Amino acid sequence: MIPVAFDYVRAESADAALAALAEHGDEAKLMAGGHSLLPMMKLRLAYPSVVVDIGRLDDLSYVNDGGDHIAIGALTKHRAIETSDMVKEHAPLLAHATSQVGDPQVRHRGTIGGSLAHADAAADHPAALLAVGGSVVVNGPNGERVIAAGDLFAGFLESSLDPTEMITEVRIPKHSGAGWSFQKFNRRAQDWAIVGASVQQVNGAAQVSLVNMHPTPVRATAVEEALAGGASAADAAEQAHVGMEPSSDLNASVEFRQHLARVLVGRGLAEAGIA
Amino acid sequence: MEISVEVNGVAQSHDVEPRTLLVHYLREVVGQTGTNVGCDTSSCGACTIHLNGEAVKSCTMLAVQADGQAVTTIEGLADADGTMHPMQDAFMKCHALQCGYCTPGMVMASVSLLDENPNPTEAEVREGLEGNLCRCTGYHNIVKAVLSASGASQ
Repeated sequence: MIPVAFDYVRAESADAALAALAEHGDEAKLMAGGHSLLPMMKLRLAYPSVVVDIGRLDDLSYVNDGGDHIAIGALTKHRAIETSDMVKEHAPLLAHATSQVGDPQVRHRGTIGGSLAHADAAADHPAALLAVGGSVVVNGPNGERVIAAGDLFAGFLESSLDPTEMITEVRIPKHSGAGWSFQKFNRRAQDWAIVGASVQQVNGAAQVSLVNMHPTPVRATAVEEALAGGASAADAAEQAHVGMEPSSDLNASVEFRQHLARVLVGRGLAEAGIA
Repeated sequence: MEISVEVNGVAQSHDVEPRTLLVHYLREVVGQTGTNVGCDTSSCGACTIHLNGEAVKSCTMLAVQADGQAVTTIEGLADADGTMHPMQDAFMKCHALQCGYCTPGMVMASVSLLDENPNPTEAEVREGLEGNLCRCTGYHNIVKAVLSASGASQ
């Protein structure tokens, strides 16, 4: 499978990448590790006329201590995140979710910024970002802005980024020592989740998100509200499918996905220590 | 676009279309056909090579992304005098192949695995090779070979 022909621009700086986006608008796509975009281009589901390669912006590959949060450069590869002691200590949910992405070869190339910008409801990182209450720093022609995880996912494979903007940093609040869980259900080792659930305990409350249960990565608000209203974890988990519009495909029917959501949220709440 | 890639220690320079996949560049332009195309969807790992020493899937990279980088394929593992890499030797001794199609990718992934984790458990080997499929289902001896190459007693 060969992509449709395109013009290739290698950006030597974030500013150069933004200039290329400003010039070409939505005809252009940024390519970081290429592990979301290139498969779609090979299937000709995506056919940008300009590919702006930002894969060599090493100054956007880092894991830094930001005080109350961890600052991760958008071009940081999955492998660097899953093996980072700082991430493992302060954001264990993210470290573990990252270790579940694809396989080692994929994690050597894929980046956290690329995965989040792709905004795939079936991917691991968007749900993890929602559960931990993270945010992304975005740069564009109008300068810098911060988008909270809850405002980042606008539709099916669609983020709220403008075509002329790029993610430069991902911020993960420190949840050192708090309970968490990342439940991924699939049938083959390296597959996407058929359904997944993320649970992060924050000051005794639970932040819960779901993978592949809705057109977008999504918070399980019905579960969170039930818990906040005093429901037991078991009863709250029964609400996991409420408000979700999962798809039906070769792997699972809508009903099976709803069942999986309830079971996985139940397991996740238990593992995260939510009673 | 003009690219320069070091392939198995030899500098290569070619003019390629930006959409050329790295695996096609290696096989059809450089002429190193040891790397196979299997699923062509970054699932099976038959196209696994090393980019700057790390295992990656060359069907999910553009040749232009490898410009200025060092690539090692299965042809580059053995010494110039033909002495096999310890992983190749272990695959042979443990009979870790049946049809052989997945083998170049399996060997490259296994070398990268031991670079990152020199003394893996059996479970870590199985997990570490999750990106490589053997359609003969010959996983048992492949895992044995990797453990053998790591020096673990059988």
